[in-house]
Amino acid sequence: MDILQSRKKQVVRSNGQGMSIVCEKRSASGSVSQRACVFCGSRVVLYPIADALHIVHGPIGCAAYTWDIRGSVSSGPELHRLSFSTDLRETDIIFGGEKKLEAMLDELIDQYSPKAAFVYATCVVGVIGDDVAAICKKMTNKKKIPVIPVHSEGFKGTKKDGYQAACDAIACLVGTGSISGISPVSINIMGEFNLAGETWIIKEYFKKMGIEVITTMTGDGRVEELKRAHGAKLNVVQCSGSMMAIAKTMKEKYGIPFIRVSYFGIEDMADALYQIADYFKEQDRGIIERTEKLVRKEILDLNDQLEGYRQDLAGKKAAIYVGGAFKALSLIKALRHLGMKTVVVGSQTGNADDYKRLQALAEPGTIIVDDSNPVELASFVLEKDVDLFIGGVKERPIAYKLGIGFCDHNHERKIPLAGFAGMINFAKEVHKSVISPVWNLVPRRYHRAD
Amino acid sequence: MLLRHTPKEIIKRSALTISPAKTCQPIGAMYAALGVHSCLPHSHGSQGCCSYHRSALTRHYKDPIMAGTSSFTEGSCVFGGQANLLQGISNIFTIYEPDIIAVHTTCLSETIGDDVNQIVQKAKDDGKVPEGKKIIHCNTPSYVGSHVTGFSNMVAGIVKGLAASTGIKTNTINIIPGWVEPSDMREIKRIAKDMGISIVLFPDTSDVVDTPQTGKFKMYPDGGVTQKEMAITGDSKATLALGSFASEAGAKQLDISFKVPFKVLDIPIGLSATDRFIESLSSVAGVKVPDSFVAERGRLVDVITDMSQYFYGKKVALFGDPDQLIPLTEFLIDLNMKPVHMVSGTPGKKFMERIEEVSGDLFKTMNVQNGAQADMFLLHQWIKNEKPDLLIGNTYGKYIARDEGIPFVRMGFPILDRIGHSYFPTVGYSGGIRILEKMLDAILDHKDATCSEIEMELVL
Repeated sequence: MDILQSRKKQVVRSNGQGMSIVCEKRSASGSVSQRACVFCGSRVVLYPIADALHIVHGPIGCAAYTWDIRGSVSSGPELHRLSFSTDLRETDIIFGGEKKLEAMLDELIDQYSPKAAFVYATCVVGVIGDDVAAICKKMTNKKKIPVIPVHSEGFKGTKKDGYQAACDAIACLVGTGSISGISPVSINIMGEFNLAGETWIIKEYFKKMGIEVITTMTGDGRVEELKRAHGAKLNVVQCSGSMMAIAKTMKEKYGIPFIRVSYFGIEDMADALYQIADYFKEQDRGIIERTEKLVRKEILDLNDQLEGYRQDLAGKKAAIYVGGAFKALSLIKALRHLGMKTVVVGSQTGNADDYKRLQALAEPGTIIVDDSNPVELASFVLEKDVDLFIGGVKERPIAYKLGIGFCDHNHERKIPLAGFAGMINFAKEVHKSVISPVWNLVPRRYHRAD
Repeated sequence: MLLRHTPKEIIKRSALTISPAKTCQPIGAMYAALGVHSCLPHSHGSQGCCSYHRSALTRHYKDPIMAGTSSFTEGSCVFGGQANLLQGISNIFTIYEPDIIAVHTTCLSETIGDDVNQIVQKAKDDGKVPEGKKIIHCNTPSYVGSHVTGFSNMVAGIVKGLAASTGIKTNTINIIPGWVEPSDMREIKRIAKDMGISIVLFPDTSDVVDTPQTGKFKMYPDGGVTQKEMAITGDSKATLALGSFASEAGAKQLDISFKVPFKVLDIPIGLSATDRFIESLSSVAGVKVPDSFVAERGRLVDVITDMSQYFYGKKVALFGDPDQLIPLTEFLIDLNMKPVHMVSGTPGKKFMERIEEVSGDLFKTMNVQNGAQADMFLLHQWIKNEKPDLLIGNTYGKYIARDEGIPFVRMGFPILDRIGHSYFPTVGYSGGIRILEKMLDAILDHKDATCSEIEMELVL
């Protein structure tokens, strides 16, 4: 297979020497990239804030395609699952969409009494020059709730720049609420979006450890909680791509330190809890012991359950292509627990540091790729003859067409994969796809058996 | 209740769309272009547009959907997207090797004023288009029309870019099927074949988005109308355009370019529209309707008579695209059902006129709206005021169906949570039987699940 000349440095084969990979580069025009845009990045990060109004300022598409597609569940309000759009038309493009936006905010805020409103600026809004910030300011004064502009014009960069815009929007809320009565052993959970209820699993662990969670950014998120986030003593950041910006801002502004964690897989989950316990060991003498007890119990339960899956999956090979490279690290480790070997790994938006870590962790010969496309991915997985592909919506049918098992580790997952309980679900999910009898019926495997 | 935020009282809205019953033009252009063999759709705009369209189509078809993007940057917005498109064209022909690239624009590239026609010409002049390869294109600013008009624009673009004539007229009939499923396109081809009529159907997404499992990844699957087939459409005897919203523009273009007369028909959904389609096809082609079609029609009528008691007077709320809603409404009325609420996000006066035509006296009793603010929110408010017995529309209807306890039949685009639409047609007489089956299943399953023990009957 030909790899586009300008992309050749975005693919390496790990040889244990730490070869450098080119990343954080704009996609070549014309490539069938699996990446999305700035707006997409902002939308997915802010979306789970369930008691806020999310208004997409632009033509209808941007609102339509992001309408309830992410399974970020809420324990209360469901306002985030509706789709609000200014639905800009040609006359708005000519005369500007400001009036329409203002009228819409006026109507919607009266109707729904949300705790805050986020206004997403899309591509065309950036070009026609609507002053979204000014309207937001005006409506904030008029309606007495925070109306926050999200500068997420699609062309401004990649999905990662959208994360930054979302963090800027959240930063408008942080620091505006009262922090009285907050425990000295308290954290914010960052970069956890409550897909299939994952935040609830993680929160349960913290509860058992005796830690107060001030807010989750942004899974099952609430505006009032976000306003108090600066009262936490530690920020715990998962999915580093999306939330590092706000963690850094809060460190500078409020002196709150942060740590990076992952809740996927056994070691990373346990390590996350231990790191946090260690941080609070001075304030709470019993926390280490409680955490050890918790982890021990969870792992004990887990090991027995995993054994059955391991027997079937041992020696099988996997390919991983996900949004952020940090998650790929956890996935490689989690797959090892199932006896599986990762032979292809890539991400849409990984940075140099992420890729360095990936190379260190990956076995020699592993193909490591940044910003890949279907043609490349198909050829890599056939070359390595994998049994499992871990990816998102656009990769699923490709894997199936090739006769390869699939696990969705993106926002379309239907079951929680985080936490110790998530590890079992992950094993189940992988197992049910990899050992499915359907693969004996598909031509590729069938012919190989001859 | 997920939609607890919908109040019963209908509030006049001046400026907003809540939960739309449409999406934007480019996705329609992408879907239409997939119906051309060895064609890679290309989205001239930001990366997100392309990603969203591919994801939405992938979710609907559960098949890989390929398309390229110009990956706009801030620089492109300032200096124009020409450099991106030129590089894109050259990269695509080098790496992905399609026979055709189908470029559609987006709100961004339209607003900054990119002239795709001129850029494509430049690509040709610069030698970036290899011998025998083609670039077709259309304009699809997202702030005009809807996904349906985007489809229509690309169909016209396909004609402009690929249709040709040898000057010798043939007996072939061109059929533009409209935005329908691959199963429907396959069924239309089957009908023409059984009638002994030679046709060119375009666009044709069968064997493109409903491909078999082969163990191979094919960037360009076997299906789609070929360049060779398109090259004879200018010689055809006539064009039948199914659905004025999605297909008329393409048919008109063939008339303008090659004087191929055209006739606009409804998509053959239901009995009456299928009758008109079969009659038109037979009269335009000058062939007699084979007996097998009389039998096919008879089977549909038989099912209607057998089950007519369950359809009688049932109130139906429906939403979707104009070309589907018009014949579907007619079919429901043929069945003695009662359409009560209807929304379509796609603008256009013709919709209301045609709905009035097919509804007759019933029209006065119906809530119908299309275009601005004709969204799922409005539909839900109407439903809260008058509860129907059945809801028909795309997957987004599931919230209303669940909250209000209404039997629900999925039809239209997108269907994100069920399968079947790719494989079982809803057009033609047998397609009519499928619609009946789906409606009856929904209505009677609901009855069986909710009726009292006394009313529970084994035989229906």
